[in-house]
Amino acid sequence: MKNIKFLIAGILFGIVLSKAEVISWYRIYEMFKFQSFHMYGIIGSAVVLGIILVYFFKKGYIKTYLGTPISIEPKKKGFARNMFGGIIFGLGWALVGSCPGPMFILLGRGIAAIVVVIIAAIFGAFLYHAMKGKLPH
Amino acid sequence: MDFILQPWPWYVAGPLITFVMFLLFYFGKKFGVSSNLETFCAIGGAGKLVDFFKFDWRKNTWNLMFILGSVIGGFIAYQYLTPDEAVAINQQTIQDLSDIGFQNAGAQYLPDEIFSNDTMFSAKGLLILILGGILVGFGSRYAGGCTSGHAIVGLSNLEIPSLVSVIGFFIGGLLMTWVLIPLIF
Repeated sequence: MKNIKFLIAGILFGIVLSKAEVISWYRIYEMFKFQSFHMYGIIGSAVVLGIILVYFFKKGYIKTYLGTPISIEPKKKGFARNMFGGIIFGLGWALVGSCPGPMFILLGRGIAAIVVVIIAAIFGAFLYHAMKGKLPH
Repeated sequence: MDFILQPWPWYVAGPLITFVMFLLFYFGKKFGVSSNLETFCAIGGAGKLVDFFKFDWRKNTWNLMFILGSVIGGFIAYQYLTPDEAVAINQQTIQDLSDIGFQNAGAQYLPDEIFSNDTMFSAKGLLILILGGILVGFGSRYAGGCTSGHAIVGLSNLEIPSLVSVIGFFIGGLLMTWVLIPLIF
């Protein structure tokens, strides 16, 4: 089954974010209170190494397992979409202490309440596409 | 082995997140979790109501496998790798939370004030979970990415839209944490 490698990458992702407490509401609250370096260290070190990794992608030093070049699709431009979307996301992230990845990882801990958050997030994505014609981008 | 059972420090977790990003690109895909929310809409038949969701969701099966894996990873970490559930947050954070009515902050992995079953079945508790979820889902798709797609991949790719989004994440997060949470709880 060719998708098994993605399952394994996901398992690693779930274990790492669990063990580093990135999926704990307390760590997100502490981050936004600027009372710990922990979350900044995680995101910061991931991005610094990510910049080097993307450089290797672009230079062609690292290719996919099939030998094809790796390209990263650019994000959509537009100040309003990125700023307003970002603010709305940030409000939710700080309230329930979980972004889309951690929601699913918390499900693995058997947290019943996170099911409500996941369903609401799916509905939120639906709501955006239902009303995006009326929003500034 | 003891090292694995302890909470992992930032300098272990950060590089491992980049390694996960490497794996997904090496396998010919990308690192972005919030697009799965759209895939679930498409699977649920949202295409009948909104044309955007008329895409063939099967092309995203790999990403559904990734989040299925992350559920399993969460289970493994919880069941086998975390003997002590306490989260060693700053003493000041514990005090600040106590001031707004959060008992024993950090003694468990998650606050009962938001995630316990009793809270979930109260009107206010349920509303908080629904509101938080909608904001995360709506905002991430409006911005075109979440912490993975914008904060990790987008910043690694030195993209201005991602920098704007991450600044937005922080404006929203700071507003919620410093102004709204004390009013809500």
